[in-house]
Amino acid sequence: MAEIIEHPRKAAAINPLKTSGPLGAALAFLGLDACQPLFHGSQGCTAFALVLMVRHFREAIPLQTTAMNEISTILGGAEHVEQAIANIHQRARPRVIGLCTTGLTETRGEDMVGDLKLMKARHPEWHDLSVVFAPTPDYIGGFQDGWAIAVQAMVETLVPENDPGLSVRGATAGAQVNLLAGSHLTPGDLEVLRETVESFGLTPVILPDLSGSLDGHVPDRYIPHTLGGTRLEEIRTMGRSVHTLALGEHMRGAAEALEARTGVAFTLFDHLIGLAANDRLVALLAELSGRPVPAMLRRRRSQLVDAMLDGHFPFAGQRAAIAAEPDLLLALSSLLAGLGCTVPITVTTAASPVLSRVPAGRVIIGDLDDLERAAGGCTLLVTHAQGAGIAKRLGIPLFRAGFPLFDRLGAAHRVTVGYRGSRDLIFEIGNIFLDHRSEPLPGHHPHHEEDDDDRISSQAAAG
Amino acid sequence: MLKQKLQDVLNEPGCTTNQAKSTQDRRKGCSAKALVPGAAAGGCAFDGAKVALQPIADAAHLVHGPIACEGNSWDSRHAASSGPRLYRTGLTTDLQELDIIHGGEKKLFRAIGEVIGRFNPPAVFVYQTCVPALIGDDLVKVCGLAQARFGTPVIPVNAPGFVGTKNLGNKLGGEALLDYVIGTREPEHTTPTDINVLGEYNVAGELWQVTPLFERLGIRLLASITGDGRYHDVCCAHRARVNMMVCSQALINLARKMEERWGIPYFEGSFYGIGDTSEALTTIARLLIERGAPADLLTRTEALIAEEEARAWTRLARYRPALEGKRVLLYTGGVKSWSVISALREMGMIVIGTSVRKSTETDKVRARELLGPDAKLFDQIPAREMYRMLQAGDADILISGGRTQFTALKARVPWLDINQERHHAYAGYDGMVEMVRQIHQELTNPIWEQVRRPAPWEDGGEGGLRRPGALPLDPTGANGPGPRSLEAGSGHG
Ligand code: SF4
Repeated sequence: MAEIIEHPRKAAAINPLKTSGPLGAALAFLGLDACQPLFHGSQGCTAFALVLMVRHFREAIPLQTTAMNEISTILGGAEHVEQAIANIHQRARPRVIGLCTTGLTETRGEDMVGDLKLMKARHPEWHDLSVVFAPTPDYIGGFQDGWAIAVQAMVETLVPENDPGLSVRGATAGAQVNLLAGSHLTPGDLEVLRETVESFGLTPVILPDLSGSLDGHVPDRYIPHTLGGTRLEEIRTMGRSVHTLALGEHMRGAAEALEARTGVAFTLFDHLIGLAANDRLVALLAELSGRPVPAMLRRRRSQLVDAMLDGHFPFAGQRAAIAAEPDLLLALSSLLAGLGCTVPITVTTAASPVLSRVPAGRVIIGDLDDLERAAGGCTLLVTHAQGAGIAKRLGIPLFRAGFPLFDRLGAAHRVTVGYRGSRDLIFEIGNIFLDHRSEPLPGHHPHHEEDDDDRISSQAAAG
Repeated sequence: MLKQKLQDVLNEPGCTTNQAKSTQDRRKGCSAKALVPGAAAGGCAFDGAKVALQPIADAAHLVHGPIACEGNSWDSRHAASSGPRLYRTGLTTDLQELDIIHGGEKKLFRAIGEVIGRFNPPAVFVYQTCVPALIGDDLVKVCGLAQARFGTPVIPVNAPGFVGTKNLGNKLGGEALLDYVIGTREPEHTTPTDINVLGEYNVAGELWQVTPLFERLGIRLLASITGDGRYHDVCCAHRARVNMMVCSQALINLARKMEERWGIPYFEGSFYGIGDTSEALTTIARLLIERGAPADLLTRTEALIAEEEARAWTRLARYRPALEGKRVLLYTGGVKSWSVISALREMGMIVIGTSVRKSTETDKVRARELLGPDAKLFDQIPAREMYRMLQAGDADILISGGRTQFTALKARVPWLDINQERHHAYAGYDGMVEMVRQIHQELTNPIWEQVRRPAPWEDGGEGGLRRPGALPLDPTGANGPGPRSLEAGSGHG
């Protein structure tokens, strides 16, 4: 069991790991087709979030603002929201607007749900527009939390409730499966998951689906909102699926909401990195479809096993320091610890039920400075792009993971899930270790005695 | 207090753009139009203040607010430092729900203490943001208490995002320097050729393209405000003989008030473009001589200009054959487009249009004269329209900020970054050569022909993938050579 340390007495965050909740919510909305995310706040919040997403994805990102100022904040912003929706509706014609509040408007406090109802009544021309409302104050949680709130709001707003008297399960789309995708999955990951589900003859509905919208396509005309992503028509059929796979602990809320509305049961996967997690996924898909595991997947499983056999040599005895949002942290630390690497120190952004399962010495809810100060003696740093400076100062290599990755090409396309993704991840990190192997020197042994101690304790934690 | 400051800054008499406006417009601030909900873009006042002050490299910059303000933006501006790295450290009070309920003042005070204890900086700049401003956290008071308690200068920067635009934030940043920094220290010695440069942030190291010129002339840069700046230098800035203000009107209030308070004459100049650089150097020399510098400074300056200009033109000449006749769409916010336009025209390039959204009527007339009757002066080009123009092949290259980067790339049209996040330095004589080299490199990159070619199984002729530049668009050839001769001209660079 990892020791979990919060920093209630620390007043200054130094080199934040965390990005904001509204940013996570906006990104989730970008996984809907024909959607325009909208921040209810001052324009600066939108500008920062926009720039960060553009730098990560290298794509134009549709994100708008209600452009609140000091006076409208004090008086209440319903008018700005109404104007913004009207303007966007008229100009971009999206089918969905994802409305996210910010710290500013949440501090003032507004009855947004009530206000939205009144607005809809005043604007009959909005009949073909869905407004999904995600309350995301900047001062609660971070990126992953905002994403979770947005996905749950999508379910609650867009999925119709099933008539309780009517058992539709298995009636029509018996072969359909819902995937509630967490924020730790890339568009590339989702592409792979779609193929895996389809290889069992099942039809996946992925919500939200960044692999449709932010996969770096070059459209042949100008589109002011998202193009690709989960379509409204698909979302409306989610109640007819045979099962829901919730991918990430932070998708639990959305999965429960979906079950409450439609009766579709769910299975939760913390993550899909490594042998055990993917075995569980594949076994479930086989069960749901009643089909045998396709030869292609068996072959890939075998390749992963081989990668672990070859890869465990460079991993063993290494010491990794990891900073990531809770679900990604659990995924990465499990992989590393599972190959014999010690994880003495990790940092994350917010409290989460998964933290107690992180196979590490310590989990600090803190910032990148906490990581830097505790990472002495580590041989690998794992975090997002803002860790580059730290890795340099510590003189150890950085493996980039999470959001944002603004100093990497193809951040959206990196695949780490599934048998093959896990295999490649082992190769990628293993190669970093091989590159930085210390040369033997006289009188100096590369392995320290305390390494072994750490490994014993971390294995105890993992078990 | 902030209200009064805002009034004051928005009424800036030194700003010509401002004085040309009606009282009503002026109150709206420096963006040309009031922000429209659902159709607004751009940074907030906090962003602007941080852009203006963060380049002070040895100071700590602490942001008082929830994670949105600093967590989403820290270390994203590319102002370079020749030494200290502290300014690149992201520092924030990361306000939580309980802080909002109980007020954030105590946490801010403790945070300042922690930052001073940990980094021992010469000063801490503390930035106000929307949420603590709304709940009434008294930034000035807390900074005063902290300074008294810890004995390190703690400077309140009162520019919460919701008071206005980035440009307004620049000015509020300047006000903080006037109120708390400049004049708080005396330089060890002064010289008759001491100058300050205001509003140059050393993006991508641009200041360093100019400082060698100063050095050769024996001009001393007393304080750079704020590119590669040092806190104590800025404190001493009131002893300079001349202020040069670059980057449009961003710090005009600072320049004017320094003249008022300490009698330092200022002028507005630019280091973008060959002509502008020479003009700026001459003006510095002239003003310094008026204030007691040796008279031979001007002749030495003229000699240096002659030498540097000749060298720059020789280097540029190599690019002219490949660039001549190429059509440019120039889409920038700032006044710096003038100098860029002159340089592009010297290369024989045709500027088919430029944005004038932050320009006055006089500027527009000047643009019209410079560009001729065919060029378009745009206020704002909606993304849809810009995509259409580029798709239709109206321009061979888009020169703009990052916001429109992907409009160009998705239309498969070359693009050059000239905004604050860019990685190449374009100032001074060397910078202009570098910019032209970059344009040349981008236009002649072999990818354009490859990415415009439709897949072999697609009908390239109809609707789908007919691309600008695939054929010379103007059959008379008046618009210059097609892509083939571009390649021929790409042998050097
Ligand atoms: S608008 Fe306000 S809350 Fe948003 S980033 Fe700017 S200062 Fe922060």
